Amino acid sequence: MSIRHGLLALLERGPRYGSRLRTEFESRTGSTWPLNVGQVYTTLSRLERDGMIVQDGSDDAGHDLYTITDDGRAELRNWFETPVDRTSPPRDELAIKLAMAVGAPGVDIRDVIQSQRHHTLKAMQDYTRLKAQALADVPANRDEVAWLLVVEQLIFQAEAEARWLDHCESRLVRLAEAAATEPAADPGPAAARGPARTPAGRTRSKR
Amino acid sequence: MPSSATPPPPPSPGTPGGSPVLELRALTRTHGSGIAEVHALRGIQLAVYPGELVAVMGPSGSGKSTLLTLAGGLDTATSGQVVIEGQDIAALGPKGMAALRRRSVGYVFQDYNLIPALTAAENIALPRELDGVSVRKARKEALAALAELKLEEIADRFPDEMSGGQQQRVAIARALVGDRRLVLADEPTGALDSETGEAVLALLRTRCDQGAAGVMVTHEPRYAAWADRVVFLRDGSIVDQTLTTGADSLLSAGTAEAAT
Repeated sequence: MSIRHGLLALLERGPRYGSRLRTEFESRTGSTWPLNVGQVYTTLSRLERDGMIVQDGSDDAGHDLYTITDDGRAELRNWFETPVDRTSPPRDELAIKLAMAVGAPGVDIRDVIQSQRHHTLKAMQDYTRLKAQALADVPANRDEVAWLLVVEQLIFQAEAEARWLDHCESRLVRLAEAAATEPAADPGPAAARGPARTPAGRTRSKR
Repeated sequence: MPSSATPPPPPSPGTPGGSPVLELRALTRTHGSGIAEVHALRGIQLAVYPGELVAVMGPSGSGKSTLLTLAGGLDTATSGQVVIEGQDIAALGPKGMAALRRRSVGYVFQDYNLIPALTAAENIALPRELDGVSVRKARKEALAALAELKLEEIADRFPDEMSGGQQQRVAIARALVGDRRLVLADEPTGALDSETGEAVLALLRTRCDQGAAGVMVTHEPRYAAWADRVVFLRDGSIVDQTLTTGADSLLSAGTAEAAT
């Protein structure tokens, strides 16, 4: 997550001091990714070092104000114009867990899937309640609109996970059925072994 | 069956008040017999309370639709009971059953099932008229229901003059007109785009918040997430469900905030 660009975007609306930036960042994103003051100041000093912002005067209460520079504006524009990189996805613990659960002794992968599905759906229910609450009144200002977009992103992301889990389960069932109908040399519970029989399974699934 | 398939929690979710609007007791449905015997449902235990929206999820063939058909009295259980508003529906004759379906249960189908020769208002008024309410009163109620959905302007349109989302919202209005407190919805968002589907869910949600009990079958996690409780079916059994813990506090906190 780019705190750096988030702060630049807020500073483009006018000079601000550190803790105000923190508050504004959190109200935009509904405190989904809370910042501590330390992170804000570390980021500000790096931005200052890189010439993206300057410290410029203070307000009546004596807060040091930061102002965005032309370089900072160019950087910000570039950020908005450049898609977020998806080619090197971050490690996903769930994907790793399921990958490890395939054929793991003493682990029923369908149980792993179901307990995750339960958890994911529960999270979606909570997000959806927040969303319904946000929609109860038409979002009045840009912070409310921004927060709605963020909470919907959480819902869509969780949905993708839930759908993927459904898919994994039916994939495993199908592979197990296919394995069961083959003249198996080694009878026994086939479910967890399905994906291990990759040559046959993979060819089939690609068609 | 996986070992972690914990036995379904007791039927009462705790939070909603009153006695259940719908109760399924040890409900079983078997098709065919002998080698061809298929267990569509195996001992389903479920109670749905006023104010509660329950989503039923599960892979195809898990028994979702069978559950809904039995709950609405559209099919007969092999064993077990369906109790609606305290009445075991098996004890009702065909007449009593028809009356119960008219007065207590509303259905929402994937393909809306509005009567094409009737306008929106007439579709909503129909079950009331069948129930002996005067045409005039039934129409008044229908118009009020449409007004609540901000759909007054389509009152006199026929289904083929409405969008899918409008048809489905009219179907929900029809399902809950009068005193009916139980709505059964089978993939109600099936053919709708994401935003329209959401409007339909928001409406179901509102109806339940106003005291109806809802059971919705869906394979869409995003719509299931509008429910208070998500029940997972597999091979005809409830294998898991999310409970309503904290949901109400979250929601009421929100409402309180919105009110200020």
